[in-house]
Amino acid sequence: MVGKLDEALRFQQTALSLLAQRQQQLASNIANADTPNYKARDIDFNSALKNAMSRGKSTAAPSTLATTDAAHIGGNNPNTTAGGAPLLYRTTRQGNVDGNTVDMDVERNQFVDNSVRYEAGLTLIGAQIKNLLAAVQG
Amino acid sequence: MSLFNIFNIAGSGMSAQGQRLNTVASNIANADSATSSTGEVYKAKEVVFEAVPVAGQDSSGVRVQQVVESQAPPKKVYDPKNPQADKDGYVEMPNVNVVEEMVNMISASRSYETNVETMNAAKTMLLKTLSLGQ
Repeated sequence: MVGKLDEALRFQQTALSLLAQRQQQLASNIANADTPNYKARDIDFNSALKNAMSRGKSTAAPSTLATTDAAHIGGNNPNTTAGGAPLLYRTTRQGNVDGNTVDMDVERNQFVDNSVRYEAGLTLIGAQIKNLLAAVQG
Repeated sequence: MSLFNIFNIAGSGMSAQGQRLNTVASNIANADSATSSTGEVYKAKEVVFEAVPVAGQDSSGVRVQQVVESQAPPKKVYDPKNPQADKDGYVEMPNVNVVEEMVNMISASRSYETNVETMNAAKTMLLKTLSLGQ
């Protein structure tokens, strides 16, 4: 029974988790709009969601290296988000003299787009919960 | 939780841009300072940004790596009455380009505003998530 509930909500939950990770990456791009040699990165949401769903589990943090000292470098893979979605580099239309590839228009566009999708996801999962509650309470 | 990290990232951006605004204020205020406590003419200061990982995450915030002094030569102004004047009557004035500083100021304040908006969007998203299922 609990497994079925989990199954019912898993798609939306995975999507929300990925959208939150993408939002973080976009925030990072925006914060580094003036950093020399910073390369804008993003995740391909479509394939990341397909991957996460086909893995058959939620986007829990991937395994990391054990650290025995505070000075050890974390075992995070620098080419994935904390949830394991692969990070890609954005191709630029207009390069910058200082090597920065953040296009503010693109980033802000994607940021707003992503946050609207996140809210849509929340609305959908809320409706699903209401449906389930209606079924439980009769 | 990724959304909480946005506060750290946007916050690092805000403090870095704030520091940049600080150097702009210092440069503009000292645009006419022919001398300083070191006895040398004031040199324009600029910040250099650097991307830093936030709390073990792969996406990065930003911080000021160093503050460098502009290497442009000082402006020479002919003013023989000035006590700082050399034997030919020229006074060395700071190499601050006020137009450049104004552009820098506008750019810094726009970037700051964008980071504030990022933070606001993350806050709205978090609050909506909190009210999930109600």
